Amino acid sequence: MSTELLCIIWFILLNVLLIGYAILDGFDLGVGILHPFVAKTDVERRLVMNSIGPLWDGNEVWLVTFGGALFAMFPNAYASIFSAFYIPFVALLFALIFRAVSLEFRSKRSGKAWRTLWDILFFTGSTLAALLFGVAIGTLMQGLNISELGDYQGTMLDMLNGFSINVGLMTVALLAMHGSIYLYMKTEGELQDRLFHWMKGTYFAFLALFIVVTLWSTLFVPASIHHFSDYPILWLVPLLNFLAIANIYRAIQQKKPFYAFISSCFAIAVLVFLFSAALYPNLLPATNNPEYSITIFNGASSPLTQKIGLLIVAIGMPMVLSYTAIIYWTFRGKVQLGENSY
Amino acid sequence: MDVVLLSRLQFAFTIMFHYIFPPLTIGLGIILAYLETRNYLSKDKSFAVACQFWTRIFILNFAIGVASGIVMEFQFGTNWATYSRFVGDVFGSALAAEGIFAFFLESGFLAIVAFGRERVKRGFYLFSVYMVALGSTFSAIWIIVANSWQQTPAGHHIVEIMREQTLTDGTTSLAPWVVDGVVQRRAEIVNFWDLVFNPTTVQRLSHTLLGAAAVGAFFVLSVSAYYLLKNRHQQFAKQSFNGALVLAFIASLGLGINGHTQAQNTYRYQPEKLAAFEAHFDTGRGDLNLIGWPDGEAEKIHFDLSIPGGLSFMMFDDFTFSKKVVGLDRFKKEDRPPIIIPYLSWRAMVGFGGLMIVLTGLGLYYNYRKTIQNKRWLLWSFVFAIGFVMVANQAGWIAAEVGRQPWTVHPPIVWTDDGTDLVTGPDGFYNYDETLGLRTSNSVSAAVSVEEAKTSLALFTLLYLALAAVWIMVLDRKIRTGPTPLKEHDETDTHGIRHAAMDRQHARLDKEEAEGGSI
Repeated sequence: MSTELLCIIWFILLNVLLIGYAILDGFDLGVGILHPFVAKTDVERRLVMNSIGPLWDGNEVWLVTFGGALFAMFPNAYASIFSAFYIPFVALLFALIFRAVSLEFRSKRSGKAWRTLWDILFFTGSTLAALLFGVAIGTLMQGLNISELGDYQGTMLDMLNGFSINVGLMTVALLAMHGSIYLYMKTEGELQDRLFHWMKGTYFAFLALFIVVTLWSTLFVPASIHHFSDYPILWLVPLLNFLAIANIYRAIQQKKPFYAFISSCFAIAVLVFLFSAALYPNLLPATNNPEYSITIFNGASSPLTQKIGLLIVAIGMPMVLSYTAIIYWTFRGKVQLGENSY
Repeated sequence: MDVVLLSRLQFAFTIMFHYIFPPLTIGLGIILAYLETRNYLSKDKSFAVACQFWTRIFILNFAIGVASGIVMEFQFGTNWATYSRFVGDVFGSALAAEGIFAFFLESGFLAIVAFGRERVKRGFYLFSVYMVALGSTFSAIWIIVANSWQQTPAGHHIVEIMREQTLTDGTTSLAPWVVDGVVQRRAEIVNFWDLVFNPTTVQRLSHTLLGAAAVGAFFVLSVSAYYLLKNRHQQFAKQSFNGALVLAFIASLGLGINGHTQAQNTYRYQPEKLAAFEAHFDTGRGDLNLIGWPDGEAEKIHFDLSIPGGLSFMMFDDFTFSKKVVGLDRFKKEDRPPIIIPYLSWRAMVGFGGLMIVLTGLGLYYNYRKTIQNKRWLLWSFVFAIGFVMVANQAGWIAAEVGRQPWTVHPPIVWTDDGTDLVTGPDGFYNYDETLGLRTSNSVSAAVSVEEAKTSLALFTLLYLALAAVWIMVLDRKIRTGPTPLKEHDETDTHGIRHAAMDRQHARLDKEEAEGGSI
């Protein structure tokens, strides 16, 4: 296997991990974003939290594995990106920690103040995490000012611009919609009825932001379309994306949440794909000097490491997928509260 | 304060906090597997009750362990970017393997253990408990592999990074990557299994896992001894106490034996670290210091009380008490680890380890005589012993990591042919091959400013202190509540799923709440 091919395979595998993460943790982040709005009583709040109770930590492992794989296969990119986004990533860690522990701590006491505190932290953590992921993606698409070694030379404020903030907001809306569809599948009765309106509301919020981001990136972020002129076949991807997004609404209207969920998964996958296509072959584009850009080729590990990684994936991934399937199957059906619930 | 110190403080603080939880979950995992096996074989409900109680505590610890564990992974990139570039090729695959082989396993099956007892068959539930225990152990394996590689690197070589460069005639070719006149290097894998089984992995892994078993067992001992003293949950407490006591004794004794060989192994590969543990300044017969206060500047120990030749005996199992032990004088000042922290933490670990053997030995003896119920002082000792065990566990970690300084990747040590001394230069000092290792001071992220590092350190300190407070509060509550009876299986429940209507759920839960139920 040639060195280039290995790098490309790993770029694709990283995309698979990122898509897996975005779809799976996407719905539980979305549930967190909606949590204070859709649930009125304490019982409903618990139902909402328990809809993701057995699943969220398994979902988050996708992020950990993505991080590990990026570290192993593209150490330069890992080091440069993580140190460049120092404060945003510290904030992201805080968001993820608050979310994780608020799920665990909330049910442990029955006082109103106690539960409200963890409700707030659960919502804040989920929303902030979604926002920061989006901002990071928006920033990466535009590139950073980095040294020859790949060290970021700007400040945190340089990263915050209209485009990256818009991508951040779009991510929040997208995950909220994704989460609302998931919740609609997992709930019944009055709560479910209320969620119907939330599905539609978040859908339109996402649609509006999606249009803004699409126009903005096509017009002002050259990276996002530079491959499309070389490979016109790529236009099929955004086309499929529009169909998927349109289908989300159709399925919501027909009250077929599973189809809506599948469409929304597809839309997320396509958005991640478009992001990677915009970056390719860079992992971290340098705005000051294109030669400093960290690509999947100059940022890669040795071929032996990449081969060992492939072996690990070949052994590990089938196992992971099989017990992920078992667990989702075990916890299928409507969410219910029991002895061991949060 | 500079970024190096701030990043070191942050790493030390966040990993010490994190390291409270994985040992607890690994240790409790063994206990859960034992209890659930007994439950499966005997259908004695009391084992299931016990398993359920410890499962709840396991989950609490797991949640904080996961949350604080992501921080560790991120920090390699955020704070130690130069280090990450240097080691990513070898270190990263261990981390990725941990994600795929350990975390998915543990978090996946924990869902079933935590929420699924009523949803799956008994056999599958037992299987899930085993998988959770196995998953937590797997993650220890990969992390220890990665850590041991930094201490005693193997299975790799250091190479110049090649980059495509445009020549004057317009063609491109691969050439070493030079930035500001410095050739960039990194470690690359040559042999995966040599990397995994580097000279200290097995020693370090067995010591860490035994330490984890001890923490888990002493934790159970602490809670059940408390119940015994307070005359609560007697049957549960006795069951848990007896099982945990045996595990704690085996683990403590194992730690002692394994610790001895590990010290010898450390001397072989990192003699300056062992010299710092023992404040052994002058190469020659090694005395075993019992009481004292080392002074790195004066290169002596104040208030010294030592066993003459004791260290020689320990290092070589040498009954002449006279063999030469390499001391800190073989190393330049800038290559020596700090002395006081490794010296003290090493002593704390060994001292508390000895205490653990004595305590569990006494416990077994009185348990055998069936008089332990009357030895209230001993039971109270067990209630508080978990504190010492945790300190010992942390101290071992500190000794290993601070003793490695000033390196993040320790260069190899070259011994003379007869193995009694190091190959020293004309100045009498051992000269490390700097290209084969990486100094801590050269490992940090260039992109991070002092202000950013300060901010994050302050935030992590606040967050973790708050988390620790809430953790103790919730833990205390769980322990006060104690084990609760298992819920009876609902016969009307078809294949484990009740399609309860929303209203029914509301009604039931409202009723339970009104009756002051546990929810």
